[in-house]
Amino acid sequence: MNIANSSGYLDRLLQGPPPLPASPLAWFNTLRAEAVDRVGVLSVPTTRDEGWRFTDISPLTKLSLQSVRTASSLRAADIERFYLAEAATRLVFVDGVYAPQLSSPANDGGVLVTNLSTAVTAHPAAIKPHLGRHIEFRNNIFAALNTAFLHDGALVIVPRNAAVAAPVHLLFIATQKEAASYPRCLVVAESGSAVTVIEDYIALQEEAYFTNAVTEIALADNAHVNHVRVQRDGGQAFHIANCAVSLAQASRYHSVSVALGARISRYDLNVLLAAEGAECTIDGLALIAERQLADSHTCIDHAKPHGVSRQLHKCIVGGAAHAVFNGKIMVRPGAQRTDSSQSSRNLLLTGKAQVDTTPQLEIFADDVKCAHGATVGQLDREELFYLQSRGLSDATARNLLTYAFGAEIIARIPVASLRHRLEQTVLEQTTRQP
Amino acid sequence: MIAQDSKTLLEVRGLCATVNAIEILKGIDLTVKSGEVHALMGPNGSGKSTFAKVLAGHAAYEITGGTVMFEGKNLFELAPEERARAGVFLAFQYPIEIPGVANSQFLRLTYNTVQAQRGKDELDPLEFDDFVREKMKLLEMNPDFLDRSVNEGFSGGEKKRNEILQMALLEPRLAILDETDSGLDIDALRVVANGVNQLATKDNAIMLVTHYQRLLNYIVPDFVHVMDAGRIIKTGGKELALELETRGYDWVGAEHEASARVTA
Repeated sequence: MNIANSSGYLDRLLQGPPPLPASPLAWFNTLRAEAVDRVGVLSVPTTRDEGWRFTDISPLTKLSLQSVRTASSLRAADIERFYLAEAATRLVFVDGVYAPQLSSPANDGGVLVTNLSTAVTAHPAAIKPHLGRHIEFRNNIFAALNTAFLHDGALVIVPRNAAVAAPVHLLFIATQKEAASYPRCLVVAESGSAVTVIEDYIALQEEAYFTNAVTEIALADNAHVNHVRVQRDGGQAFHIANCAVSLAQASRYHSVSVALGARISRYDLNVLLAAEGAECTIDGLALIAERQLADSHTCIDHAKPHGVSRQLHKCIVGGAAHAVFNGKIMVRPGAQRTDSSQSSRNLLLTGKAQVDTTPQLEIFADDVKCAHGATVGQLDREELFYLQSRGLSDATARNLLTYAFGAEIIARIPVASLRHRLEQTVLEQTTRQP
Repeated sequence: MIAQDSKTLLEVRGLCATVNAIEILKGIDLTVKSGEVHALMGPNGSGKSTFAKVLAGHAAYEITGGTVMFEGKNLFELAPEERARAGVFLAFQYPIEIPGVANSQFLRLTYNTVQAQRGKDELDPLEFDDFVREKMKLLEMNPDFLDRSVNEGFSGGEKKRNEILQMALLEPRLAILDETDSGLDIDALRVVANGVNQLATKDNAIMLVTHYQRLLNYIVPDFVHVMDAGRIIKTGGKELALELETRGYDWVGAEHEASARVTA
């Protein structure tokens, strides 16, 4: 693809009727205008770009996409099956548009869970320092596009020392073909607070559409955020997402990302340990088959001393699918006593399945502990024999071992109903494999 | 015990097998009848474990000669899972760990699979829980092991108990215990042996594969076979195991060679 084509594509994307309403807040409009400018400068990446070497997104540029501006007519009965029993608050977005009739926000002076456009005028002081400040949209075309379309989104603000026991469920539902949606989430955990946020992408239709999501999460001193991300888009969907997380002193960020759906999906997660003693655990699972491609790029940036990071990323690849993992661990000068470990484990179920895994360590401090490793393999013959010798058929034995491989990640999700549902999904998907 | 009305369960004739084109089994003959306990002894590398795995159907071994009949059926026509359903059970020397699968889930799946194949009733999770807890008492196992992943983080002794627990659940006709005594301290050995003894009936048979006589103090064999270089070179009663314990294996080999020369 050449630049002319690519910018033509971007021009078409930006010409979504009708134009977005201007915000009464000047800084909000400025942020959006800046992003529009960047979209004008940047181009859609090709496989000649290092970060997109294995992920050819040219099929995306061939779609004629429209962003959706009209409210959905979905009723609770249509989507209740996706609700989570534990979640006390829920925000639902249909094709990117906030659906108040399906949502149960919280705005009673404690934790704030609401849609961004409602809250932005009421809470500008809490939002302005974070919205668009953590994500690097200036050099990332998809983050820039999302920011150019910035209008509404999910907002979670956890006040100082508030511990929110019930998880917050952010549910993004795709219902229209050839829709482009730009989900935006902002999570601000003030000092000493704790919250679990579930970002959940589902589809009610199987035709092509495009989800381009941006999530920003800011943790103040001693805050604790559990972030669960589940991408179960439709089989023809394109899902591109960028998430930026910033950790202040002694804060803890735990995330589990699961990619099951989409024809092509790409998730960039950048975690900045911006102050001393911050800790993150970022785990991932991609379970794909047929001709799916799932790409996960993560970067853990140890900027200050005494940071701890843990990462386990797993891919289960069947059919002629292709999984990509690129995990960078950066240890900045002076970030002494950093303790980091990263593991990429990959299971290929067929001869045509493919995985490209690239762990990257960039260490500029001398007193650090960094371990990383990557494995790519098939199901173990001894393990299969063990199960068969207990009466299980070859197919059942394979399914069980495949399931077990993925279940290790699923088990780390701190929400029981979601965990059970995903275990079931994984079991069904492995039974369908290859 | 050796009984008058016993039935032949296993009939091995001239069994030869290779792994990676190396011949490991070089003509094994063995008959096992219901109610019997057989001990298969011999030095390292004599082919004991290979024999056990070949009977269970491990794909790494190629059968190059001989026959094995199990209750009148050609064992080699059955896939490993079909052998298990037909009643062959192998307790592994090194049981496999399966992180991510709860032991209770695994045990119920295998139990129900085998039950269904045998035309018997399956158990739902609650029924199975009661059932398996009863069986665990036999092996003095803590029920906590149900909630943990299969064999993950189990000690050597705990893994072996879990193997015998599976034997208790699957009720095999022929149980082959491959070095079930290895890695067990004396208390664990007594518990495991006691469990095996309680599972032995006049209708099933047990084959113990072991290096040491120690296990045979607790599970008393009717026959002791000595394997060497892929063959059974001597068969005797339980007193043969004691003799091996004091004299080692070398004399058996020497005696076998001498008799082979005489016959030649």
